[in-house]
Amino acid sequence: MKVKHLHTPLSDEDVLGLKAGDNVLISGVIYTARDAAHKKMVELIERGEPLPIDLKGQVIYYVGPAPAKPGQAIGSAGPTTSGRMDAYTPLMLEQGMKACIGKGLRSAAVKEALEKNKGVYLAAVGGAGALLSKRIISSEVVAYPELGAEAIHRLEVKDFPATVINDAYGNDLYEEGIKAYAR
Amino acid sequence: MREITASTITEQVAEMCQEANIYLGDDVINALKKALVDEESPAGKEVLKQLIENVEIARNEKIPICQDTGFAVFFVEWGQEVHLTGGSLEDAINEGVRRGYREGYLRKSIVGDPLERINTGDNTPAVIHTSLVPGDRVKITFAPKGGGSENMSTVKMLKPSDGVEGVVDFVVNHVRESGSNPCPPIVVGVGIGGTFDKVALLAKKALVRPLGRPHPKPFYASLEQRILKEVNKLGIGPQGFGGRVTALAVHIETFPAHIASLPAAVNINCHVARHVERVI
Repeated sequence: MKVKHLHTPLSDEDVLGLKAGDNVLISGVIYTARDAAHKKMVELIERGEPLPIDLKGQVIYYVGPAPAKPGQAIGSAGPTTSGRMDAYTPLMLEQGMKACIGKGLRSAAVKEALEKNKGVYLAAVGGAGALLSKRIISSEVVAYPELGAEAIHRLEVKDFPATVINDAYGNDLYEEGIKAYAR
Repeated sequence: MREITASTITEQVAEMCQEANIYLGDDVINALKKALVDEESPAGKEVLKQLIENVEIARNEKIPICQDTGFAVFFVEWGQEVHLTGGSLEDAINEGVRRGYREGYLRKSIVGDPLERINTGDNTPAVIHTSLVPGDRVKITFAPKGGGSENMSTVKMLKPSDGVEGVVDFVVNHVRESGSNPCPPIVVGVGIGGTFDKVALLAKKALVRPLGRPHPKPFYASLEQRILKEVNKLGIGPQGFGGRVTALAVHIETFPAHIASLPAAVNINCHVARHVERVI
């Protein structure tokens, strides 16, 4: 199986080199955000106020990690369902976000926004939180600490595994997968 | 009359919270291993390998299998010859959850008000279903439930004329629409009969049955197999990447129905199908 290495932040060329079904290993800095953090960030965007993180070229990971045990960088940290972020994702892409990592179906509006803004939607293996936590070297809360697990964390990752679901060309691995195996 | 103290319940519950979230049951591990044999899609096989490795990492490092350590759901069968001393059952269970989730470094995922949405900070309150049964024993079943799969659940008041075919279509269509969202391969809990409230509880109860144990009635055991076969024809596969194994099991629980009604419910569980049981 072919694996592509990605280093953050991502460029348009990085994104355009990805096709639905590709396996990638991501290294560098990524940021976490899920329901509550997205709501807060989108409110700031709509008011024209600065965001707590610069989204240019960034990768956002939809995760609410478990607390770290002493000596751990982070607790279990697998992806949450992405569809709950659909309402916010087009705006995030317009702000320069290049990729988001989650699991599960995206809306037509998100897929269109990925094409328009040269973005990509990746899935990590849902429920493999223990395994994925091993690819996270460090974790630090950088915004909204009051949200607990939902705070924005800055993660340093090394070879974090993900699969391209929706690429910038309108392809969708979930649709292709079903087409290949439904009977 | 036999006496059990509230602190005994609390201690047992605290242990169960950690046990269920760190150690996946052999029934589920065996189902994942069988799925790895049955799966034909290379991407699906790769996912299943990672899921089995993930379970091993969690066990060796004593960390939760999944970061979503769930809503704490309990089924308590309380023997009516047992007297609880030193506090209420609800308080004792919630204290056990508080302690278990803190000491086990488990995620606190509960907001105190569904619209205000401020985290309670200790994963309480638990959802507790209690029934009084004959005898002098107390059986506690704990099944932490992740939000992603719980969201992919539904209830429908079918017409009696919809019959078996109506139930099968309802379940299969619902799994199709859920797609990759509930972290397949999934376990499908199906409730049939009762009332609007009862049928949802039946579907939840179906999820705590050990995987591989069929319904005791041959009719429903074969209906479980039929629905499983139909679901696995959908092609969703592990994580929705395409494949043969969309579900590991289908479990049905039933209850008598009103002459006017055929309620049906689907409660989906992800592959981290956690459930532990203790008898005190």
